[in-house]
Amino acid sequence: MLRDITLGQYYQSDSVIHRLDPRVKLLGTVAFVVSLFLSDYFLGYLVAILFLAICVELSTVPFKFIVKGMKTIVFLLIITVVCNLLFTTGTTVVSFWKVTITVEGIRMAFMMALRLSLLILGSSIMTLTTTPNNLTDGMESVMSPLKKIRVPVHEISMMMSIALRFIPILLEETDKIMKAQIARGADFETGGLIKRAKALIPLLVPLFISAFRRANDLALAMEARCYRGGEHRTKMKPLKYRKRDGIAYGILVIYIAAVIIVGKFGIPVGGFVW
Amino acid sequence: MSIILDHVSYVYDADTNMPVKALDDVNLVINDGEFIGLIGHTGSGKSTLVQHLNGLMKATSGTIYYNGEDIYDNDYNKKELRSKVGLVFQYPEHQLFEVDVFTDVCFGPKNLGWDDKKVQLKAYEALKMVGIEDEYFYQSPFDLSGGQKRRVAIAGVLAMSPEVLVLDEPTAGLDPKGRDELLNKISELRRTTGMTVVLVSHSMEDVANYVDRIVVMNKGRIMYDDVPSEVFKNYKELEEVGLAAPQVTYIMHALNDAGLKVDCDVTTINEAANEIVKALKGRK
Amino acid sequence: MSIVKAKDLTFEYIRRDEEGNVDGITTAIDNVSLDIKEGQFIAILGHNGSGKSTFAKHINAILHPTEGTVWVDGMDTSDDANVWNIRHEAGMVFQNPDNQIIGQVVEEDVGFGPENMGVPTEEIWQRVEESLKAVGMYEYRKKSPNRLSGGQKQRVSIAGVLAMHPKCIVFDEPTAMLDPNGRKEVIRAARALNDVEGITVILITHYMEEIIHADKVFVMDKGKIAMEGTPREVFSKVDELKALRLDVPQVTLLAYELKKRGVNLPDGILTKEELVKALGL
Repeated sequence: MLRDITLGQYYQSDSVIHRLDPRVKLLGTVAFVVSLFLSDYFLGYLVAILFLAICVELSTVPFKFIVKGMKTIVFLLIITVVCNLLFTTGTTVVSFWKVTITVEGIRMAFMMALRLSLLILGSSIMTLTTTPNNLTDGMESVMSPLKKIRVPVHEISMMMSIALRFIPILLEETDKIMKAQIARGADFETGGLIKRAKALIPLLVPLFISAFRRANDLALAMEARCYRGGEHRTKMKPLKYRKRDGIAYGILVIYIAAVIIVGKFGIPVGGFVW
Repeated sequence: MSIILDHVSYVYDADTNMPVKALDDVNLVINDGEFIGLIGHTGSGKSTLVQHLNGLMKATSGTIYYNGEDIYDNDYNKKELRSKVGLVFQYPEHQLFEVDVFTDVCFGPKNLGWDDKKVQLKAYEALKMVGIEDEYFYQSPFDLSGGQKRRVAIAGVLAMSPEVLVLDEPTAGLDPKGRDELLNKISELRRTTGMTVVLVSHSMEDVANYVDRIVVMNKGRIMYDDVPSEVFKNYKELEEVGLAAPQVTYIMHALNDAGLKVDCDVTTINEAANEIVKALKGRK
Repeated sequence: MSIVKAKDLTFEYIRRDEEGNVDGITTAIDNVSLDIKEGQFIAILGHNGSGKSTFAKHINAILHPTEGTVWVDGMDTSDDANVWNIRHEAGMVFQNPDNQIIGQVVEEDVGFGPENMGVPTEEIWQRVEESLKAVGMYEYRKKSPNRLSGGQKQRVSIAGVLAMHPKCIVFDEPTAMLDPNGRKEVIRAARALNDVEGITVILITHYMEEIIHADKVFVMDKGKIAMEGTPREVFSKVDELKALRLDVPQVTLLAYELKKRGVNLPDGILTKEELVKALGL
């Protein structure tokens, strides 16, 4: 079922990570992602893995739940691995038919897979422990310097949070319209690409109409509740840094330093430095 | 010609630690030409049940027979079943998509692979059946009124010449006028075509005057299955599961309790009025 | 004191065809005058297309009169300077429960209105708590609106309006998409606001049983006020209501049929208890 999509879903709990300021988590995630590209050797990644493992443990989100959200990217992961395996030139390990696998290929495939997995895992920790609203608040705040160059920061974050609210509703609606059209003999599953694309019209037209109707209703409802953009607005849940957030920033700095330092050392295994 | 549900169960999220039994051992026979009201509050399983009738959802366990054939057989023609058991969803006007009314109604029959002539003939007949006049045929469906849109959407299913017509909450969101018009139309349609009709609703009031048989669902199970007057005798139990018998039932019981001996089985205002007049005369 | 007052209100809109050429003019509201007093429970009945929802949108200054004037708490809705004051004094609950909830958590949605009004943070929390308690949704404050039933969602919407501390709430067919249980929940909440908090309620609906307790009923047809009076006065005129193809409560209808058959009964019987009494049982 479409409603089962779990990527980026919030997992309710009351851990240290959950309580961190969303700005810390946002900047922390950015720092973590950057750290993945700082080291060339495996040891650097080991530090990243260790760091992530501690975060996962602290977040109290069951590891199984996090991995469930990764299912959707398995395909992407496989493609990355295969491409790197096949198209990296270097010292041949095995060669059959027209395919050559090299030591460099294996290394690259392994590193890329690791990088990608850590990247997704790292960012899902953020989305799993932060309510979408909190997250958009954080973004609004982190991006607020951009207001000076007339970026509509408040509007962007409002749009994001509305989108997040309506995605499940629209998914459910898609499911319903699809079923209704199947009941009218529509076929979404067989035929060539063009036929299939054409078959989507009876699904997409009603879906767009519905989305526009909802947008219209919502705009009206927001206006009726005195919404007039970011001006004059107060916040129900204003962001406030606490002591733990300062500590978290400190840990982040130490972590980045550790990755940079440790990442300079490679371990020679199998005729190659990992 | 009938639909038989034999020990049908359906479980949502079966693989999780929170399985939800949407249907729980449902046994039901829908005979040819019957006019059935399927009643239950939101979440009672009635919408899940009707999606089983045309094979859109597959039972977790149990079997469904259409005209004696098991619809879960591997070589059973599902597409044909969907044309034979026409299912009109809630707010069916939300599936309209074509540029004009007529083309939209043609969508269903066209999918059945019929030739153009037959498709158009069936679409024309269907639109006439629901009372849409020729002047609307080439208008955009989105320019019609709410009630008209809904009738066009129903015509879209009727055009596939179903033997059984299942309507899920066909009057939801309509005003009293639109509701009465639509229910009268459906009732007339059934009289003239002899089609089997299943009307899904959460309102006893709406269906009481139309159907011959009422099936009440609660928590995925069939609670009552009988003629309306028999079902309404259980008005207290119905109340407990968030349903209500028609107002008339309550009035008649109140009169009875107050000492006027009236037959509490009547379901319409007219019958009730006659019954009260008779009882009042009897007292004098 | 009058909270909503309309004088000679007319609203027209121009229909255009696909090329944008003027196709004709529709008069949605036709010369309507009415006066609603503070603290009343008002019901407005009518078919789809009778102009009742268009009228409702005037009270919230979403639409402005083509001719005539609407005052909310003495403020002219056509004056742009009044718009925000009017919107916070006259809240609005709409039909579709899904399309009016902005927040992803119940409490955040309820806080949306006060946030827009610039209410200080601490007071927002206070208002959110009070409002959710008033509609009986406090225990759901941390839930996602997507997990609620239709009736519960509408109660959240009501709390969202309530948190703005309005003097008047307009309910625009709040129950049209709900099942009987949901309908009862919402009407009960609306009545409680009127009884307990003294908020003026304007309920727009086409369900008869929801308006029996109203102080005053307006029946709209073709943009005009076709009937007005207490529920009893309005329901006494079964023939007129039938001509407008509106529902009449079943008891009233039964009493009407009995009268036609020669039983001596007063007009406008609204409950079964009244019928039992009137029949002398």
